Amino acid sequence: MPTLNLSGAMRLLVLVAVFMAGIWSQSSGVIDDFIFYLPDIQYLAVQHLWLTAISGSLAILVAIPLGTLLSRPSMARVAESAMQVLNVGTTIPTLAVLALSMSFLGIGTVPAVFGLFVATLLPITRNTYTGLKGVSPALKEAAAGIGMSPGQRLMRVELPNALYVIFAGIRTALAINVGTVPLAFLIGAGGLGELIFTGIDLYDPVMMLSGAIPTALLAIVVDMLIAITAFLVVPRGVNPSRA
Amino acid sequence: MIRLDNLTKVFDTPKGAVTAADHISMEVPTGEICILLGPSGCGKTTTLKMINRIIRPTSGKVFINGEDTTSLDTQDLRRSIGYVIQQIGLFPNMTIEENITVVPKLLGWDKAKYKERAREMMRMIALEPDAFLKRYPSELSGGQQQRIGVARALAADPPVMLMDEPFGAIDPINRAVIQDEFLKMQQDLKKTIMFVSHDIDEAIKMGDRIAIFREGKLVQYSQPDELLAAPKNEFVESFLGEDRALKRLNLVKVRDLASEDIGLVRPDDTLETALARIGDYGYQTSIVMVNAKRQPVGIISAAVARTTKGHCRDHFQSVPVVVSLDDDLRKVASLMFSNDMTWVPCVDDEGRIVGQITQRSITHHLGSRYRAHSGADDTVGEASPSSSASEE
Repeated sequence: MPTLNLSGAMRLLVLVAVFMAGIWSQSSGVIDDFIFYLPDIQYLAVQHLWLTAISGSLAILVAIPLGTLLSRPSMARVAESAMQVLNVGTTIPTLAVLALSMSFLGIGTVPAVFGLFVATLLPITRNTYTGLKGVSPALKEAAAGIGMSPGQRLMRVELPNALYVIFAGIRTALAINVGTVPLAFLIGAGGLGELIFTGIDLYDPVMMLSGAIPTALLAIVVDMLIAITAFLVVPRGVNPSRA
Repeated sequence: MIRLDNLTKVFDTPKGAVTAADHISMEVPTGEICILLGPSGCGKTTTLKMINRIIRPTSGKVFINGEDTTSLDTQDLRRSIGYVIQQIGLFPNMTIEENITVVPKLLGWDKAKYKERAREMMRMIALEPDAFLKRYPSELSGGQQQRIGVARALAADPPVMLMDEPFGAIDPINRAVIQDEFLKMQQDLKKTIMFVSHDIDEAIKMGDRIAIFREGKLVQYSQPDELLAAPKNEFVESFLGEDRALKRLNLVKVRDLASEDIGLVRPDDTLETALARIGDYGYQTSIVMVNAKRQPVGIISAAVARTTKGHCRDHFQSVPVVVSLDDDLRKVASLMFSNDMTWVPCVDDEGRIVGQITQRSITHHLGSRYRAHSGADDTVGEASPSSSASEE
């Protein structure tokens, strides 16, 4: 016999609230308003993801080799100052980066991708560098003493042991990326920013939310995807989430 | 065989050039363990690491099995030398099996061969292959990890091994166990090993030879017994410690000092004979009684023999303490102290009495080496107190 205890009552209350919200949204026509924007959301979300995918993968492709290069002992002299430059770069607001890239690349997808690329590059480079620098000297000495070539040391020992930190950088960077793509609308590259900014301009909260809510959901999904990838790719012995 | 020829390392530091290793020349015969011993900053680790070029020598040569290694490719050289470090350095991203098979894989062994080798190595270090091969280093205890570290160094069967304080990070109880295991393995493997340590007791236990370093110079290079008996100078003496004669007890076997001259009585002898023999042999308190096979069955005390008449078989006391010919003097001394005896009978493998070892013979043996060497020149290898040379 189901008894009506406290949590049961709470559950009932939530159900009622959801039901009331449903009635309200149906009667006020909000759902219809959202459905009105559905084709726009679909089209713009795909555009949004493309911007993220292109700028993000370009950034990963450049940042990991760059971070690796800076972490090499032969680069030790320039590495710290290079990292300082990158750190200063991170403090420049993304909107300013987009505005700057627009001023010499014009408007459209190209300057947007470039601006997003720059914003995404920094966290990944920094984490690659720190991750590789953080590999214990004893491990590097063991790898060298055993007779691994510098390349083998990097691929078999250093990168696998830095991978968890590198993935943390990618995760941060892409979360920033997805959240920044709406700004790309301002330099004519489209994306869900189109609904957000137009909604703000038109005092149309439904339009604004039909841009903002999918943006938030995209950010969460991208973050989860990377977390899952990291879980699968980082070797079990150095993966805290699989310990 | 490892031979170092005038191996020198000079580090350029902001404070000027520091000589970490100064013309080190020495030779480790095939199949022996050589311990590099000294206080920190003495150059022992630098010397070791120059052999596999973790530290590049400023000048000098390294010969392995007669071959000058200068011309060898660094990677090839290192793959032919087993390397064990104090921090163990197992790769945490690899399973135990992958860790052990790293070098065989680098050398291009085929899969079946290196997989079988991993199981063989696990059996050698007494860890169950099926239970451990698929696990990761972080799941193992420190002692187990260092065993794997040794297994990894031995996997490709290199003739030469370098060990940098390999057991330094392990708790004392486990360390003794691993040292014993390693010595047992070495009896079969007969690797030529250079082994850095700062622990004199470890050095005496593990080393066939000991090289004492000070401020970048090789001060003395001798076998452990020789080292303890005849330290070359005051530095070596103080490094070995005031109790160095006692440390030698570990190194000398009963066999080396036992005298065949022992007074015995048989059950059929009279107590008068026993008393006379106690006097003849200078025993103060008692004499051992043996059976027909010369196995000790009891002791006849002098006090009893003096006051009683009869045969030994009716008046003996409990079986005396005996030592085997392969026991070391440390055990003998301990038995003498705990039983208040000045001599102990020695038995062979079948338990037959073959002789005796006396307190006098022990002290004489330990003392004679000192006497022989006192007054000998102690100028050789005297390290010039150069500027505070420090390692690394």
